[in-house]
Amino acid sequence: MTDETTPLPATGCRDAPVLKQRGQHEVFCGLTGIIWLHRKMQDAFFLVVGSRTCAHLLQSAAGVMIFAEPRFGTAILEETDLAGLADAQAELEREVARLLERRKDIRQLFLVGSCPSEVIKLDLARAAEKLSLQHAPHVRVLNYSGSGIETTFTEGEDACLASMVPVLPKTDEHQLLVVGALPDVVEDQMLDLLSKMGIGNVKVLPARRADSTLAVGPNTSFILTQPFLGGTLAALGKRGARHIPAPFPFGEEGTTAWLRAVAMEFGVDITLFDTVTHAPRARAKKAISQAAEKLDGKSVFFFPDSQLEIPLARFLTRECGMSAIEVGAPYIHKGVVGPDLDLLEEGPTLSEGQDVEMQLDRCRVAQPDLTVCGLGLANPLEAEGMATKWAIELVFTPVHFYEQAGDLAGLFSRTLHRRAKLRLEAAE
Amino acid sequence: MKLSVWTYEGPPHVGALRVATAMKGLHYVLHAPQGDTYADLLFTMIERRNHRPPVTYTTFQARDLGADTANLFKTAAQAAYERFQPQAMIVGASCTAELIQDDPGGMAEQMGLPCPVIALELPSYQRKENFGADETLFQLVRNLARPMERTGHVTANLIGPTALGFRHRDDITEVTALLEDMGISVNVCAPFDATPQDLTRLGAAHFNVLMYPETGEAACRWMERELGQPFTKTIPIGVGATRDFIAEVAEITGQEPNLDVSRLRLPWYSASVDSTYLTGKRVFLFGDGTHVAAAARVARDEMGFEVVGLGCYNREMARPIRALAKAYGVEALITDDYLDVEQRIKELAPEMILGTQMERHIGKRLGIPCAVISAPVHVQDFPARYSPQMGIEGANVIFDTWVHPLVMGLEEHLLHMFRDDFEFHDDAGASHHGHKAVDRKAEDRPGLDPGPPDHPAEEPQPANDNSSITWLDDAEKELKKIPFFVRGKARRNTETYAAERGMTQISLDTLYEAKAHYAR
Repeated sequence: MTDETTPLPATGCRDAPVLKQRGQHEVFCGLTGIIWLHRKMQDAFFLVVGSRTCAHLLQSAAGVMIFAEPRFGTAILEETDLAGLADAQAELEREVARLLERRKDIRQLFLVGSCPSEVIKLDLARAAEKLSLQHAPHVRVLNYSGSGIETTFTEGEDACLASMVPVLPKTDEHQLLVVGALPDVVEDQMLDLLSKMGIGNVKVLPARRADSTLAVGPNTSFILTQPFLGGTLAALGKRGARHIPAPFPFGEEGTTAWLRAVAMEFGVDITLFDTVTHAPRARAKKAISQAAEKLDGKSVFFFPDSQLEIPLARFLTRECGMSAIEVGAPYIHKGVVGPDLDLLEEGPTLSEGQDVEMQLDRCRVAQPDLTVCGLGLANPLEAEGMATKWAIELVFTPVHFYEQAGDLAGLFSRTLHRRAKLRLEAAE
Repeated sequence: MKLSVWTYEGPPHVGALRVATAMKGLHYVLHAPQGDTYADLLFTMIERRNHRPPVTYTTFQARDLGADTANLFKTAAQAAYERFQPQAMIVGASCTAELIQDDPGGMAEQMGLPCPVIALELPSYQRKENFGADETLFQLVRNLARPMERTGHVTANLIGPTALGFRHRDDITEVTALLEDMGISVNVCAPFDATPQDLTRLGAAHFNVLMYPETGEAACRWMERELGQPFTKTIPIGVGATRDFIAEVAEITGQEPNLDVSRLRLPWYSASVDSTYLTGKRVFLFGDGTHVAAAARVARDEMGFEVVGLGCYNREMARPIRALAKAYGVEALITDDYLDVEQRIKELAPEMILGTQMERHIGKRLGIPCAVISAPVHVQDFPARYSPQMGIEGANVIFDTWVHPLVMGLEEHLLHMFRDDFEFHDDAGASHHGHKAVDRKAEDRPGLDPGPPDHPAEEPQPANDNSSITWLDDAEKELKKIPFFVRGKARRNTETYAAERGMTQISLDTLYEAKAHYAR
C-alpha cells in the first residue's frame, strides 16, 4: 500500500498514565443523545421518564429543533408519582397509549431512564416489556438509561444502541456491521467506498427505519464509527460478533486506517484498495492542508465532553501540525480508542473524568492557543482571552471520512481565523 | 405523569440560578447529578455572559448513591467557599437530590462556614422556575435585610430583575431614569448586580419598586411587613401604565409627579394616519402574567388593536389574568402546554400574536405575524442595542417591535390591488415573514422555464367542525381572492354563518352575505 502519512510515533499513548480526578463535571448527561438519534431513526420516539429538569435540558440543548415535530418528549414525574410506584407504571402505560394513538407513524419507542427515575428505581425494563406486548407487533418498546448519574453526553447513544442489540434477529451470514449514528450523507459516502472495494453485505446500526433487515450473529464483523460505543461493543460481543479494532475515521489518515482495517478483515486486494481510496485521499489531504494552515504549530487543550477527544487530538496533532497539551475525556475505553492512542505521540496529559475548577487552573497556566470545551465554559474563557472551539458542534456536524476532513480541520481553524480578523480595539 | 415536549419554565433550581447569576459575591452550591450543569449555558450562551454562573454542582454519580453523596456535598461546599470567598452562600437540591434526601441546608449549617449560608427549599415536583427565583430572592432578603434608618433624601429599591430576564437589563436603566426625573434615587437594585452586602442595606429605602411580580413579589411583601416599605403595584410598560406608575410613586413619596415625555413617540406614531390600518387588528396575547397584562392595555388602548384572546403559562398569575380577560370580554387561557396555545390560536385565527419564543414558532407555522413580549426567549431577544420594555423608551421600542412584523398598510393595499402581480401575489406572505412564501408557479411567469412542481404553502385552516359544509367552486375561487392574512377568518366566519342557518353549501352569495353580516 502507498503510505505517505506521518510516521508512527516511537511510543504512543496507550500505556501513558491517566490523570483521574473527580469533582464537578461540566458535561451533558446521556439524554442529549436523543437530539441526534431521533433525526437518524426516522420512526422512533424517545420518551424520557424524568423531571422538568430533563425536559428543560432537552429543549435547551435542542434549540430551535424542538419545534420541527420532534419525536421526543418527557413524561414529567409529579408529586403523586413519587408517592406510590405501582401507580407510576399505570401512569406510564396511559401516557404511552395516548402518545402512540396520536403518532401512528411511530414503530420503535424508547423509554429513556433519567436520574429521578433511576433513583426511585422505576422499573422501565419491565414497563418496556409490558408495553411491547400491548402494542405488538406494530410498535417495539425498548428502554435504556440516559441519566446523568450513569451516562455522559454521547454515552446516551451507546446505551441506546446497546439496548437494541439483544433484540436483533440472528443471522449466520457473513456481513459487516458498521456501528454508530452518522449523518445520512456521511453514511452514504462510507457505504459507497465499501461497495467499491467489493464489500457489499454491509448493515448499519442504528438503521434509519425499524423495518430494515438488521441482524447479527457469529459471522458478523463489526466496526465502530464513534469512540463512545464501549457498551454496544460488549453487547455485540455477547451475540458472537467480531470487533474490528481501528482508529476512528477522522481526517485522511484516520479514514484510510479505518477502511484498511475493514479491507484486511474482508480480504480486499491491496491494489483495489489503493485504486478506490487514491482520489478521495488526495482530496482530503488537499482540503486539510488548506484549512490547517492556521493550526500548524499551535497548541490545543481538550476539556472532556464526548469521548471524541482522543481521536480528534490524534487528527489535529498528526495531520494539522498541532501539539496537544491536555486531552481530557469523560471516559477512556482502551479497547476502543487503543489504536488512536497508539498513534498519538507521547506528551500530552491524558485525563479521565473531571474536577472542572482544577482543570481550568491547568488550562490557564498552559495558555493553549485553542481550547476545546463545552458551551458553559466557552464564553467565559473567551472573555479571559483564550480562543475556544465549542465541542458539541463536533458531534452534530458531519466530520467523519474523507470528504469531511477539510471541514473538520476548518471547525478548529475558524476560531483562530476569526480572532486574527477582528480588530475590535481599533473601533473603540 | 404528564407528557411534555416544550416547557415554558425550567425547574425551580434554575430560578435560583437566575438570582445567583444576577448577583455578585454570592455563591450557589447545588446538590445535583452530573449533567445538570447544562443550565450554565443558558447564561453563557443565551444571555452571553462573560463569566461562569457562580454555581458549584456536586455532580454525584450512580456509584456515589448511598452514604457518599452527603460527603460529596460537604467537600463541594468547602471547596467552593475557599475558592470563591463569597460574602454569602445559598445551598439547595436539584430534583434528583431532592429524592435522595441529603438536606443540604442542615449539612451546610453543621459545617460552620464563615459566611451566611442560606438554605433553599425548592419543591421540584410541584413548582417551577419563576417560583424558584421568587423564593430565592425572598430567602436572601429575609436573611440579610434588616430594619434601618431611611436615607436622607427619597430613595427606592428596584426589586425583581434577574439574570435571563426578558429585557431586565434595560428596564433597570429606564426605571432608574423615571425615578431620577422625580428626584428619587435608587438605593439597591436586587438581585441584578447586587451583592449580599447590598441586600443588608435594603431597609434604608423609602419604598420598593416591584418591577416583576413573578420574581420579586414575595420579597416585596416581606419588606412591606417587616421593614415598613410600601411597594408599587403598577408595572410601567406602555404609556398609560407609565403615567399611572408616576402617579403611584408620587402618592407613595409625596414627590411632585414628573414625566419627561420629550422623547416619547408612541402616541404620535400611533395617531398618525399611517397607523390607521392597525385599527381593529385582531391580536392574541400569551406569556408571563405581568407582560401579558401590560401588553393587553397597550394593544387595545395605545395601538387600537382588538384583543381576541389572552393567557399566561405561570399559574401564580392565573387569578389576575382571568380577571383581566373578563374585563376584555375574552376567555383566559391558563396553561403550560404549548399544544393548548396552538389550538387556541388556530381557533381564534388572529392577525397577530404577541407571545414568547414558543408563540413565535406557532406563528411561523401558521403564517401569522408575531412579536415577542415575554420570556422564555432565545438569544436574539437579549439584544446588544438598548431596548427596554418599560417607561418612555420602552413604549417606543414596543411600537416598533409590534408594527414591524405586520404587513405595512400600503403593502396591504398593493396586495389587494395587484394580487395577480408577480411580486405582490398573495402567496408571497407578509413582508418580514418569508417562511411561508412560495414562488408563483413557473408556468404563470412568461419567459421562464417551468421548474420543478411547486409545493404551495399550507394555508392556515382554522379548525372547524363544519365539515359537513361544502364550498361551491365559485365561492372557493372568490375566497382565494381575499388576501391570505384575513382568508382564514373569512372562511371561518362564512362557515359559521352557514352552519347557523343550516346551510350545507356555500355559494358566492353566502360568502358575501356572511361578509355583510360580520362587517365591522
